[in-house]
Amino acid sequence: MNNTIVLNIGRFLFLGLLQVLLFNHINFLGHINPYPYLLFILLFPLNPNRSVFLLLSFLLGLSIDMFSNSGGVHAASCLLIAFIRPIILRWIFGVSYEFQTLKFGNISPGELTLYLTLMIVTHHSCLFFLEVFNLNLLVLTLKKIAFSAIFTTILSMLFLIIFRRK
Amino acid sequence: MQQIVNFLIRNKNFLLFLLLLFISLALTIQSHTYHRSKFISSTNFISGGLYNWSASISDYLKLKEQNERLLEENKRLHNLLQNSQLDTLSIINHTNDSLAPVKTYHYSTARVINNSYNKPDNYLTINKGKHDSIIPDMGVITDKGIIGIIENTSHNYGRVISILNSNSRINAQLKKSEHYGSLIWNGKDPNIAQLEVIPRLAPVKIGDTIMTGGRSTIFPKGIPIGTISDYKLDVNDSYYLIDVKLFNDMTNIGFVYIIENRDAAEIKQLETGETPDE
Repeated sequence: MNNTIVLNIGRFLFLGLLQVLLFNHINFLGHINPYPYLLFILLFPLNPNRSVFLLLSFLLGLSIDMFSNSGGVHAASCLLIAFIRPIILRWIFGVSYEFQTLKFGNISPGELTLYLTLMIVTHHSCLFFLEVFNLNLLVLTLKKIAFSAIFTTILSMLFLIIFRRK
Repeated sequence: MQQIVNFLIRNKNFLLFLLLLFISLALTIQSHTYHRSKFISSTNFISGGLYNWSASISDYLKLKEQNERLLEENKRLHNLLQNSQLDTLSIINHTNDSLAPVKTYHYSTARVINNSYNKPDNYLTINKGKHDSIIPDMGVITDKGIIGIIENTSHNYGRVISILNSNSRINAQLKKSEHYGSLIWNGKDPNIAQLEVIPRLAPVKIGDTIMTGGRSTIFPKGIPIGTISDYKLDVNDSYYLIDVKLFNDMTNIGFVYIIENRDAAEIKQLETGETPDE
C-alpha cells in the first residue's frame, strides 16, 4: 500500500517536471505539444478515494497552469477527466471494473488504447476550447485538439511500453 | 437538517467537483482579461526558480549565437555613433552635467527564462523583478524589435505579456507617414501580427516598415516592429487590415531590453486629469 503512495507521488513530480521543462517546449510544426503528464491521472489506482483523486488531479493541473501561464485551463480539464474516469472505465470494461477485479497489468492492448484515446480526447477538447476561448477560431481549435491528441496518445503508449513492469 | 447533511455526505464528490471546477473556470476567465490573471502566474518562487535553473543550462548551448547578435548590434550602434553629428566625448561629458535635461527613457537588460508562442495568449518570464525596479507597464524589446509589455512582477521575476497575446494592443504606425493603428494578433502564425484601423488614405505597400507610434507612455517612437506582408480593406472599405511580418523571431528570444519611461507617471496623471493637490 505504501508502495503505491510513493509510486504516485513520484509520478506526480516526475511527469509534472517533465511536462513543464520538456514537453511544453516541443512545439512540433509550430504549435503541437503533447501532454503526457495525463498518465498520472490515467494510471491512478482504479478504486481510489474519489475526493483525494479529484483534489490531486486538480492540483496537478494547477501546477502545470502555474508554469505555462494559462489561468486554470489545465486544472479544469484534469478535474473533468478525473471526474468522468469511472464512467469511461465502466463503459469500456463493464463487469470486470464493477467487481473490482480489473488490473492495468492484464488489460488487452485494444481496450487500453480505447481507454487512453477517450480520456485524452476529452481532456484535450476541454483544454483547447478553454484555452482558445473564441468560437471564431473553431477550425484552429479542432486542429489543435486532433494533432495534440494523436501526439499525446502515441507518447503515452510509448511510456507505457518502456516502463511496463515485468 | 438531517436530510441536508445526508445529501451533502452522499454527494460530497460531486460537490467537490463543482467547487474545484468553479475555481478553475474562474481562473480561466480571469486569464482571458487583461491585467487580471495575477494569482496563478509563473513569476512565483518555485516556477521562476525552476525556469531560471533550466535557462541557465540551455543558455550555454546558445552562447555563440547570442555573441553574434551582440556583435551585430554593436556594429550597428557604432556606425550610428560615428556617423552622427555629435562626437562621442560630448555625450560622455554631458552625463555628469547636472543642468542637462534628464533622459526620459532608461534601458536595462534581462534574460528570458520562459517563452511560449503556441497558444492564443502567450507570456514570457524574465529574470528581473521588483528588486531590480522593474514595474508593470514597462516596454520590452530586443535589438531587432518589440517583444511585449511587463504585466506582473514578483520580487525576482517578471511576466511579459507578449505581442502574441489576444489581449495585447500596441500603438503602431507606418514608417513613412504618421498614420497609426493598433497591433494585435489573431492567434495563428507566431511570425505574423495584424495592424488594424489604418485609414484608407494611408500609403500602404507590401514591404513597408511598421514601427511603434510613441502615442503611449510605454514605447518610445520608432522602435521597429516588422514589414507589411499583406493587406486588405475591411468590410466597410474604410480601413486597412494589414499583416505584419515581425522582425523578431518570437520563437527564439534570449536577452531583452526593458524600457522605463521616467515621465510615464506625469503623463498618466495629466491624461486622467487627477492632480495631486486634490
